[in-house]
Amino acid sequence: MSDAAHGDGYYVPHEARWPIYGSVGLTLLLCGFAVMLNGGDTGSFMMVVGLLVVVYMMFRWFGDVIRESEGGTYKHWEDTSFRWGMSWFIFSEVMFFAAFFGALFYARVFSIPWLGGDGAGGALSTNAFLWPSFEAVWPTNGPAAIGGAFEIIGAWGIPAINTLILLTSGVTVTWAHWGLKENKRGTLIFGLFLTVALGVLFVSLQAWEYIHAYSDLNLTLGAGIYGSTFFMLTGFHGFHVTMGAIMLFVILLRAMRGHFTPENHFAFEAVAWYWHFVDVVWLGLFIFVYWL
Amino acid sequence: MKAFTKPAAALVAALFTLAGAADAAWELNMPVGVTKISETVYDLHMLILWICVVIGIVVFGAIIYSVIYHRKSRGAVAAEFHESTAVEIAWTVVPFVILVGMAVPAAKTLVEMEQTGDSDMTLKVTGYQWKWQYEYLDDGVTFFSTLATPREQIYGETEKGENYLLEVDKHVVLPVGKKVRILLTSNDVIHAWWVPDLAVKKDAIPGFINEMWTRIEEPGIYRGQCAELCGRDHGFMPIVVEAVPEDEYKAWVQRMKGATAEASDEGMREWSNAELIARGKDVYASSCAACHQPNGQGMAPAFPAIAGSPVATGPAEAHLALVLNGKPGTSMQAFAAQLSDADLAAVVTFQRNSFGNASGDAVQPAQVAAARN
Amino acid sequence: MSAAADAHHDDHHGSGYGWKRWLYTTNHKDIGTLYLWFAFVMFIIGGIMALIIRAELWTPGMQITDPQFFNSMTTMHALVMIFGVVMPGFVGLANWMVPMMVGGPDMAMPRMNNWSFWILPFGFGILLSTLFMEGGAPAAGWTIYPPLSLQGGDHVPFMIFAIHILGVSSVMGAINIIATILNLRAPGMTLMKMPLFVWTWLITAYLLIAVMPVLAGAVTMLLTDRFFDTSFFSAAGGGDPVMFQHIFWFFGHPEVYILILPAFGIVSSIIPTFARKHLFGYSSMVYATASIAFLSFIVWAHHMFTVGMPLAGELFFMFSTMLIAVPTGVKVFNWVATLWKGSMTFETPMLFALGFIIMFTIGGFSGLMLAITPVDFQYHDTYFVVAHFHYVLVPGAIYSIIAAVYFWIPKWTGHMYDETLGKWHFWLSTIFVNVLFFPMHFVGLAGMPRRIPDYALQFVDFNQIATIGAFGFGFSQLIFLYLVVKCIKGGEKATDRVWEGAHGLEWTLSSPPPYHSFSTPPEVKAEHHI
Ligand code: HEA
Ligand code: HEA
Ligand code: HEC
Ligand code: CUA
Ligand SMILES: [Cu+2]
Repeated sequence: MSDAAHGDGYYVPHEARWPIYGSVGLTLLLCGFAVMLNGGDTGSFMMVVGLLVVVYMMFRWFGDVIRESEGGTYKHWEDTSFRWGMSWFIFSEVMFFAAFFGALFYARVFSIPWLGGDGAGGALSTNAFLWPSFEAVWPTNGPAAIGGAFEIIGAWGIPAINTLILLTSGVTVTWAHWGLKENKRGTLIFGLFLTVALGVLFVSLQAWEYIHAYSDLNLTLGAGIYGSTFFMLTGFHGFHVTMGAIMLFVILLRAMRGHFTPENHFAFEAVAWYWHFVDVVWLGLFIFVYWL
Repeated sequence: MKAFTKPAAALVAALFTLAGAADAAWELNMPVGVTKISETVYDLHMLILWICVVIGIVVFGAIIYSVIYHRKSRGAVAAEFHESTAVEIAWTVVPFVILVGMAVPAAKTLVEMEQTGDSDMTLKVTGYQWKWQYEYLDDGVTFFSTLATPREQIYGETEKGENYLLEVDKHVVLPVGKKVRILLTSNDVIHAWWVPDLAVKKDAIPGFINEMWTRIEEPGIYRGQCAELCGRDHGFMPIVVEAVPEDEYKAWVQRMKGATAEASDEGMREWSNAELIARGKDVYASSCAACHQPNGQGMAPAFPAIAGSPVATGPAEAHLALVLNGKPGTSMQAFAAQLSDADLAAVVTFQRNSFGNASGDAVQPAQVAAARN
Repeated sequence: MSAAADAHHDDHHGSGYGWKRWLYTTNHKDIGTLYLWFAFVMFIIGGIMALIIRAELWTPGMQITDPQFFNSMTTMHALVMIFGVVMPGFVGLANWMVPMMVGGPDMAMPRMNNWSFWILPFGFGILLSTLFMEGGAPAAGWTIYPPLSLQGGDHVPFMIFAIHILGVSSVMGAINIIATILNLRAPGMTLMKMPLFVWTWLITAYLLIAVMPVLAGAVTMLLTDRFFDTSFFSAAGGGDPVMFQHIFWFFGHPEVYILILPAFGIVSSIIPTFARKHLFGYSSMVYATASIAFLSFIVWAHHMFTVGMPLAGELFFMFSTMLIAVPTGVKVFNWVATLWKGSMTFETPMLFALGFIIMFTIGGFSGLMLAITPVDFQYHDTYFVVAHFHYVLVPGAIYSIIAAVYFWIPKWTGHMYDETLGKWHFWLSTIFVNVLFFPMHFVGLAGMPRRIPDYALQFVDFNQIATIGAFGFGFSQLIFLYLVVKCIKGGEKATDRVWEGAHGLEWTLSSPPPYHSFSTPPEVKAEHHI
């Protein structure tokens, strides 16, 4: 089994040159960030270099994979590995968000009521001795009113519109997939284009909303537990939408170059899965962060 | 349960007497303690321990038997069996039943421990890096309690005393036979208040209050330690509880109140520099030296030196303000609530005129009182 | 086997020679070897930290460390041992053995496999570099509870990012292992025929993917609390320091099973081999492993009995924790039943496996004692806990890795190791490991808190015994190092089957096996799993 692809064998590439670039790049990126946080002045430079290395690594690595894929290296067997890989990766992402949702629920169900004097153990004393004037309500920036008074973003304005946008984008990406399977390239490309556009629209509205929050509502990361959970959840989600949109865009470019066949297009599906995952997370956010 | 654990306890006791080490240094087991709860906890501990020992003897016995008799060198031939649903069910169900047997008394004890109601008095305990503050809410007594073991003992320059690391400047005095509700909180990081003889341990968490209770049955001195990693001197913040009969307790409260009144009188008068520096030296040793070190050199880089410090040689107001309010986000805490006006004035004056700092100025208690507002 | 025939000319295909071979390799065996050596180097580093701890605790008073540095040693020792030794050790074994055991050609995603490994030295480089930073290395314990962990100096963001990197590595490694197991099995290798090592790793990988991201989330919140004004862990803003503990232990408890399930798999391979008897209760072993994994998600707060949870919470976590003894007991009993009426020999792997069963069970018993909430108030944060987890980790996890190396090294190198030295290694380790950790039960019960650099006078004797044990145990590992190097360099030729009682696909390959394990999937016969 010495050669790259042979017969029915599983494809085992000869060598992997890019991972080490990835390690170096990631290390530079993160160390640069750490230096920056500690107030050092070389930090941002390290970050930029690290980021460039990572981006270069991704270009080359994905480039190799795309070439192999288009060259017909991957058969059903490899394809199944990719499917497992992507599913479990998405599961890991779900668990990452679970940590932040957990923080939100914990604060709302436990810590806020306890600080307000409602609960077993020392909750009454906690309120009476430490935070005598605090009443448990949601939203809150805590008994010390960290960050000062703030207003929140209601569910039925932009967030509701954003919900519609994301749901629609879920439909368009499915429509594109249908086009791909029917070998209707036009539908594929147009569907993808619409999806990317909706993604960009979503992120833009989100950014606009953030600016509004910071400049008009005094709703910031520093606005106690409400601001913390709000921005961390929506922020990480927005970041994921951005990544998803970039991935969709790459798929769009590839589709325009004539990549993918009705039978063989896992890259497309993987990104579509990812997109749906981001969509579902948003529904959770919409319900628990904005609405309830 | 008792019937089973008492002989067990005797056996353990016999074991270490046999080892010729009845001496405390060879203490093997959990103390029985001096409260009803602590005895129950001890019994529970022994019960579970012995159940485990028995299961251990059975399991390890089977392994050892098999290792001896089923070895190839003895000509043992491997049997063929490798499955039996009945056996699997048996060794699922039997341990389960044993566990239920443990869970019932455990749950009962736990429920009892959580009943903090109908207490006779309330003690509020606040953890600081690295000392404890005690407030007797019904009697109006408040004080800090810090490690009393001298540094020379820790660094091996003198012989270590009998209660090495387990001695404090001021004991927590509690009346025997009374149900004491203990409220726990912290000023900075998480600590945990633990006295083994009382079988109570709970975390002191900044921003929250935890409750527990104890009723000490026997007069005596009971020692414990902070039991949650709280930074550099986590190992050096002991707890000493002194349980006394109620009338002695009352007398102690009166004495403590007198001392507080004296302290506030002190705050009114004018002090001489020498007086302030002498007093400041003691305050420094008990409140500041843990971080800034006895020689004022600090511990770079976490704890800055006082010697030559820009703050301690700069304007006195800023120096005082820093000590009063602390520096948020660092372990330099606000001392406003911890020290009296006189102590604060003294320690600031001391810092400004020691370790080579020679500002020559003094801060008076009255200035501190003014700065507080 | 035809594969055996081309073992030689195949040996150096791949990425060429020298350092490039190791840097660019996509081969599961090369990567397995890298992981294993990495784990060994980290074991020495983490071990030296442990010896510094033990040396300071030789006698009361502060001798060789500053209290802050002592806390850094405790913290770094644990992080290195857990994330740098046991986890990479198991991943290394999985890399070597899983493809061979399931009859696959390699790992499912060979390039990503390379990255999973190579990112590790970088992550640890960052973590260890904090030892030289302003303010020293992390010193808030491996559990990094805020607010204390937020008081740290410059190391804080570096430590957090290092943990992120280690998490990424673990998740990628786990995804690869799952995909390999689910997708690259030879025809006929049904799930219920897989060797238990494969099964336990499948479940471990699932646990890893479920909890490493949660840890990443937890430390990210630490980062933002420190640098971006959030209030997750501060009451003033409506958060709660205890919230961190909940999130941490939601990761942390499954993590300890991540550190033991593959060990169960290893022992389940070794015991039947040297008892020359089928593993007793194969399917109940599989179900027990799955039950342990399930339960591991609902017991986390047993690490936090003293934080002041409501009574109902304490009761729930006490009961659920106690339940874990049932499936774990099933495993222990099945091993004993496998030994029973076997035809045993006691080569080194078997000795370590037997040592594992007994000493792990001792650690399990103390775990059960800790689960009893009202009594845990006395045990918590004392050396009794330290004794508990070292029993399950050192003569538990570490022993299983050592046993696995002895068991498979003839296969890997094609040479037999030196059996006499192996026996010395076992007996010295086993005597010293007990001298080291058993007395910790006593000082813990007598009231010695953990994470303290100095202690009261009544604890001195047992601490000295423990310190002697520590140095003895540490130096006994030199035998192992010597033995492994010697075995790689040469020695008596190993047969393909190596052990008389060995079963399973890996033993059908030559020793050493060809560079690519199974170019054509082998035929799996009915009894291969046993
Ligand atoms: C490999 C790692 C590992 C394993 C397998 C375990 C296994 C178990 N652990 Fe342990 N544990 C740790 C690693 C591990 N632990 C670590 C690292 C810590 C400390 C973390 C820190 O604070 O730094 C810790 C701490 C810890 C605590 C917290 C203590 C405290 O801080 O106060 C508790 C409390 O419940 C606990 C319980 C258990 C239990 C019940 C098991 C069970 O799984 C054990 C089950 C096994 C048996 C019981 C033996 C075999 C069974 C039989 C023979 C059947 C019959 C038996 C009976 C019916 C009794 N562990
Ligand atoms: C898998 C995990 C693992 C392993 C293997 C070990 C192994 C050891 N541990 Fe550790 N330990 C933990 C996990 C582990 N530990 C954890 C999680 C904590 C809790 C941390 C916390 O509180 O946050 C802890 C805490 C801990 C403490 C408590 C510290 C404190 O509370 O302040 C102590 C004290 O004795 C200790 C000791 C040891 C010793 C002596 C070994 C020995 O077994 C090590 C022996 C190994 C060697 C010595 C290296 C190999 C040697 C050679 C190859 C020979 C050549 C080299 C030389 C001798 C120089 N450990
Ligand atoms: C728990 C540790 C701790 C204790 C106890 C402590 N300090 Fe500090 N102190 C610090 C730290 C940490 C800083 C540095 C804060 C910073 O980052 O600016 C500091 C800074 C200072 C400074 C400013 C030094 C400089 O040059 O920046 C002064 C003055 C000072 N402390 C006085 C005191 C006094 C007076 C006491 C006792 C009454 C005391 N400290 C007790 C930890 C402590
Ligand atoms: Cu206070 Cu530890
Ligand atoms: Cu646990």
